[in-house]
Amino acid sequence: MQIMINGNRMEAKEGQTVLQAALANGVYIPHLCYHEKVGAAGKCRACVVEIDGMRGLQTSCSVLAKEGMVVNTQTETALQAQRLVIDLMLSTGKHDCLACEQNGHCELQDAAYFLGIERPSILYADIDREIDTTSEFVHVDRNKCISCGRCVAACNGTVVNQVIDFGMRGHSTEIVFNTNKKMADSTCVQCGECSQICPVGALIDKNSIGKGRIWELDKVSSVCPYCGVGCKLELYVDRKTNKIVKVEGAEDGPTNDGMLCIKGRYGYDFVGHPDRLKTPLIKENGQFREATWDEAIDLVVSKFSAIKEKYGPDSIMALSSAKVTNEENYTFQKLVRTGFQTNNVDHCARL
Amino acid sequence: MTNDIPGIKKSDVAIIIGSDTSEGHPVIAARIKQAVMEGTLKLIVIDPKEIKMADFAEIYAQHRPGTDVAVLNGIMHLIIKNGWEDKEFINERVEPESYEALKAEVANYTSDYVEKISGVPAAKLEAIAELFGKAKVGALYYTMGITQHTTGVDNVKSTANLQMLCGNMGVPGGGVNPLRGQSNVQGACDMGALPVCYTAYQPVATEAVQQKMEAFWGVKLSNKPGCTMTVAFDKAYEGEMKAFYIMGENPLISDPDLHHIEHAIDNLEFLVVQDIFLTETAQKADVVLPATTYAEKDGTFSNTERRVQRLSKAVNAPGQAKHDWEIHQLVANKLGLNWNYGCAEDIFKEITQCTPSYAGMSFERLGRKGLHWPCPTADHPGTPVLHIGKFSKGLGTMFAIPFKAPAEVPDGEYPIYLTTGRILQQFHTGTMSRKTPGFNRLAGPHVMMSVEDAEALGVGNGEDVKVSTRRGSIVTKAFITKRMPKGTAFVPFHFAEAPANILTNNALDPIAKIPEYKVCACKLEKA
Ligand code: SF4
Ligand code: SF4
Ligand code: SF4
Ligand code: FES
Repeated sequence: MQIMINGNRMEAKEGQTVLQAALANGVYIPHLCYHEKVGAAGKCRACVVEIDGMRGLQTSCSVLAKEGMVVNTQTETALQAQRLVIDLMLSTGKHDCLACEQNGHCELQDAAYFLGIERPSILYADIDREIDTTSEFVHVDRNKCISCGRCVAACNGTVVNQVIDFGMRGHSTEIVFNTNKKMADSTCVQCGECSQICPVGALIDKNSIGKGRIWELDKVSSVCPYCGVGCKLELYVDRKTNKIVKVEGAEDGPTNDGMLCIKGRYGYDFVGHPDRLKTPLIKENGQFREATWDEAIDLVVSKFSAIKEKYGPDSIMALSSAKVTNEENYTFQKLVRTGFQTNNVDHCARL
Repeated sequence: MTNDIPGIKKSDVAIIIGSDTSEGHPVIAARIKQAVMEGTLKLIVIDPKEIKMADFAEIYAQHRPGTDVAVLNGIMHLIIKNGWEDKEFINERVEPESYEALKAEVANYTSDYVEKISGVPAAKLEAIAELFGKAKVGALYYTMGITQHTTGVDNVKSTANLQMLCGNMGVPGGGVNPLRGQSNVQGACDMGALPVCYTAYQPVATEAVQQKMEAFWGVKLSNKPGCTMTVAFDKAYEGEMKAFYIMGENPLISDPDLHHIEHAIDNLEFLVVQDIFLTETAQKADVVLPATTYAEKDGTFSNTERRVQRLSKAVNAPGQAKHDWEIHQLVANKLGLNWNYGCAEDIFKEITQCTPSYAGMSFERLGRKGLHWPCPTADHPGTPVLHIGKFSKGLGTMFAIPFKAPAEVPDGEYPIYLTTGRILQQFHTGTMSRKTPGFNRLAGPHVMMSVEDAEALGVGNGEDVKVSTRRGSIVTKAFITKRMPKGTAFVPFHFAEAPANILTNNALDPIAKIPEYKVCACKLEKA
């Protein structure tokens, strides 16, 4: 179907909301509670637009696109209302962007930038909520929370861990873990879904803090090295230090839709660990010494050849790995079969 | 898995048996929980431990460890008795004699008999049979809780029996779905890292296959099936196996009856270990070769739903570490084999030429979404659901499987069932996961036990307990939980300082050679 957005004819799909159609066509409308995965909440009212034939402002995340609909996202009335919402969010939180980990990755910043808000019109001085640093992997700063509800929806509806909810009332409404426990004392399993979906710096991956600005990092797509689900990952890499500093679930990952578990999201320390093996080692008199590749390969080949000669090829066993790639499993069994002439190759699928 | 992960949305009922899904496969668990919350799926959980998934279940049945066949036979008995089986599917797609044999066998498994063996109340078994038997599309998920038994193959066959009986094979949202425990177990099997077959399960003993591979590789090949790992360790123990080349595995933590394994390894004349850390096993090696991690390389993994996905190099490898395939190439060329791969993609191209199920794939086609094998041609869309319309072998075979008790069951001296497995925050032998300090703070070694057993012992949470079996003993911390039934204890196997596999029984399934990690007999003492 076709709809008009800001005077341009655009394609929209059956079942798409006005916001989704606009975003799909490259038209930005501020939106802070809506996220593809958790759907529309109609909570933040940042996404208001004018639609011909409908009275007043409409939240574009909750109105379905209809053939011939005429939408204006940038009338003065719409922009004013959007500005008011964003302004209020900035006023009621401690959004000191300079030091915020989310800087450059923050949807509230994006909205403020788009609307040309340099600083909030009022600033409350009394915002001083305790920061919850108890959990191993997620840093919780309620001073930055805009009560969009995404984390609540994601924890309950997406990963279904049922930990986060809104607690308290009125002005002091805030997110709580279980019955208002510290995150570490709650039933949270540290999957990090809430941190990935939080539009601002209220929920942050603790281990990434201070490790580099998002725009300085390369994003590389990979697959989780742990269990067999095969969750798609985005690795954020600091080229200067050659380190992975953050991992996100790929939102278009076919098996995971952006979800990860604690291991896939936070279990990357082993990659850059100081104990990694860096050179071949040869044992002499019960002690390892560093060796060159030439030495090591020479020794491996001469030993295997001698043993094969003396006891026959079936006296050699090769154990392959369920943690290396297909290509490397292939070359290993090919080596064993063509080089050692035995079918003694297995891996630990059984264990 | 015969079916795909997104297909979870299409099931009406699912059975989880022998899988602590939210610990072992958390993202699949999330998808199952989503479907339950959205009301499209009703869940049945069958497990000795009252796992987290049981909280989302319509019916939860707690059976004794190792009694899976009895429970599944009992369910099938009731389904047939009540006429809930899928007659059309059975008529069209199952060998009639095999169905008759199954029917005769399961007829013995009355609810009362099953209750006696498994401890599952008759009424509960009947409720399960009704819910599952009447479902339009039923799925079944399992992991090592089904396979790591001396009756592992029997257990697996029983799950297939049930799914054929209910006509759940070849249906989106149905299927028999083993959840693979490691990122590329599926791929390691597909790539022929198995003693009996080349890639895509082409048997080494079949003459036509041997000739094809000899022509393809240009080398004479042996048609004699090789040794499985478990048998190879026995042979090393006896002095018959002389040398091991181990890549990326740590059998000194992961294998059953560690004392036996250690002996076997000490007996070797030569041991090469290729890995990323100096693991417990690598410390025993004569030569250690430094390899790279997933983040340092290009290539592919095949996940539990047979989806082949790409990984891309993110960081540089440390020091002189090399990719596993580069090391293989060095060895091969020293042996005079003249290999010439320049990158992972070169190897993948070769794989597609000798692997029918991968033949239609290329790095470009895999893109961001991957492809499910079989994908035989360049225009084939891949196969998310296996066995639609027909089994690859023609008619499906059912198997009459009698219940057999585990190799070791509790007795006067060792009165408690011991079962082992994984926990969420750690992985396998810990080589990777234990390098993240936060994981270690969240999850250290422990023995999970019931409130009753803890009271009888007089131990409190976090206090030291000695767990002993006929093979050895460990001392570890008590983790007391309502989720464990009385008389059963659970030890995670990730920890070198309290290795569960000192305790486990190396009795094997006679066909699959899988050790019985999931059941043995132990005693608990205050330490
Ligand atoms: S980390 Fe996961 S489980 Fe914990 S609160 Fe966030 S979404 Fe919920
Ligand atoms: S913590 Fe983040 S996601 Fe949750 S309500 Fe606050 S701003 Fe939204
Ligand atoms: S993120 Fe978790 S569930 Fe996903 S593949 Fe990794 S270990 Fe498995
Ligand atoms: S995005 Fe529409 S109300 Fe929040």
